[in-house]
Amino acid sequence: MSMLVADELTKQFPGESQPAVDAVSFTVEPGEFIVLLGPSGCGKTTLLKMINRLYEPTSGRFFIEGVDARDMPVTALRRRIGYAIQQTGLFPHLRIAQNIAVVPRLLGWSNDRIEARIDALLDLVGLPREFRQRYPRQLSGGQQQRVGLARALAADPAMMLMDEPFGALDAITRTRLQDELMAIQRKLHKTILFVTHDIEEALRLADRVMVMKDGRIIQFAPPLMLLAQPEDPFVAELTGASDLLRQLSLITVERALAHPGLQPSTDETADLTPLHPQDDLRLALTRLLSVGDEGLVVVEDGRMCGRLTLNHLQAVLRDTALLGAQR
Amino acid sequence: MTYLIQNWRSVGSLLGEHLWLTLSALAIALVIAVPTSILLVRVPRLRGPVLGLLGILYTIPSLSLLVLLIPLLGLGYWPAVVTLVIYAQLVLVRNLVVGMTEIDAAILEAANGMGMNGWQRLIIVEFPLALPLMLAGLRIATLSTIGIATIAAFINAGGLGVLLFDGVRSSNQEKIVAGALAVSLLAFGANALLRQAERWSRRGLDA
Ligand SMILES: Nc1ncnc2c1ncn2[C@@H]1O[C@H](COP(=O)(O)OP(=O)(O)O)[C@@H](O)[C@H]1O
Ligand SMILES: [Mg+2]
Repeated sequence: MSMLVADELTKQFPGESQPAVDAVSFTVEPGEFIVLLGPSGCGKTTLLKMINRLYEPTSGRFFIEGVDARDMPVTALRRRIGYAIQQTGLFPHLRIAQNIAVVPRLLGWSNDRIEARIDALLDLVGLPREFRQRYPRQLSGGQQQRVGLARALAADPAMMLMDEPFGALDAITRTRLQDELMAIQRKLHKTILFVTHDIEEALRLADRVMVMKDGRIIQFAPPLMLLAQPEDPFVAELTGASDLLRQLSLITVERALAHPGLQPSTDETADLTPLHPQDDLRLALTRLLSVGDEGLVVVEDGRMCGRLTLNHLQAVLRDTALLGAQR
Repeated sequence: MTYLIQNWRSVGSLLGEHLWLTLSALAIALVIAVPTSILLVRVPRLRGPVLGLLGILYTIPSLSLLVLLIPLLGLGYWPAVVTLVIYAQLVLVRNLVVGMTEIDAAILEAANGMGMNGWQRLIIVEFPLALPLMLAGLRIATLSTIGIATIAAFINAGGLGVLLFDGVRSSNQEKIVAGALAVSLLAFGANALLRQAERWSRRGLDA
């Protein structure tokens, strides 16, 4: 059963000339990582807040695991959806452990279960357990965002809503947290709706990107499809459709290795400058041009997970061109 | 000082009266101020009128209010308590309302988004976050209550003010100094205690 089905969801704020979200319909399957992408003011936050009913839709319906959201008590609905925001919204007077424990306490978990859960979550988001007793203000921005993530995950919700959670972080911290969020997603198979206005973040994280503009969905497709077949000049501009190198810079090595039609070759030969799965193809191309035919090994956590050759890049680009030609 | 030591029994009982008057007035004041503040936070359009009314009441000089209440409540403890409660309202309500309305919108959004109902949000988030300002208000209210309670001796409400009024009437310098000293010590003590409470309530907030 689909995790989330939206049917003509609309939000019209009083006194505004245009609806903030205009009759959007879409379906999200369990375990999908969905990124809502679009310029500021296009309705991403409004759409997200309708899902946990911080905003009530003006019209339209949506269903969570087949149940009409209006048929659930609003507090119960919210407790089973994780929610993380850019400003973190951590409670400054509560210690980290108490912050993480909020939803489990609302749900009436036993103390033992809550304590064990706090430890597990701190481990999961890469924070030392000593942080239990700290207050949010004693943590860096990146650490606070990790706590926000742990708090959203606390009651093990099937679905998570994340509104530009890494938007205020420096580039290095942001990349690291993106990596860890992807790792957590692979491990826990959460359904994630993640808002960003950063195209690179969107293409990196998403199984499918929902491109929004003026309250409408322009395109809802996997990252490669978005690059290959932008359905709108707006999307084409966003992804730099005419700029091959720009496009390569938006695709990760991981995606190219997983590209259908090519077996990832894994014969081992020593290599001086291995690639990481999250490196982009532009970097890969630069290196490939200097090493030649045998390709580059891809290494993650000290283990080889594939070998990338120029063939991979050509396959990706060929599909891009083919898909583009079909239009 | 020698007067205090020689008459510790009678000074002690006056201090007891003073404390009782102050504490009971503050307790009643809080019981009224807390729900009033919550109402004002939840219904913004009541804020202006109610705070305006409390401001007017606060402006009436305390001695006039004490005397004005005599026809209604007679002399003694009750008119004194009513006066003290009225005076404490403005600062208690104002600080609690400001404390609760100044909470960062993202924090309240997180509280709602996590599935707290109105009461849970109040107890877990809003009240604790407003506590430092509310305690600051309580401290000011306590100090002014201790002061006004001194004047209440004028309408036979007892307390340390008795020393001052008796001292003035009988030109007993020692009695006046003793009364002033005792009231001041009480005020200093209360101030220190409430400052400590304020500091405790701010833990985590200005790290
Ligand atoms: N609470 C609100 N009241 C009135 N208008 C709002 C409110 N929230 C958002 N809007 C308007 O709705 C539109 C979409 O806003 P938003 O969903 O926050 O965009 P985004 O998250 O994509 O930047 C904007 O025009 C914004 O001004
Ligand atoms: Mg937004």
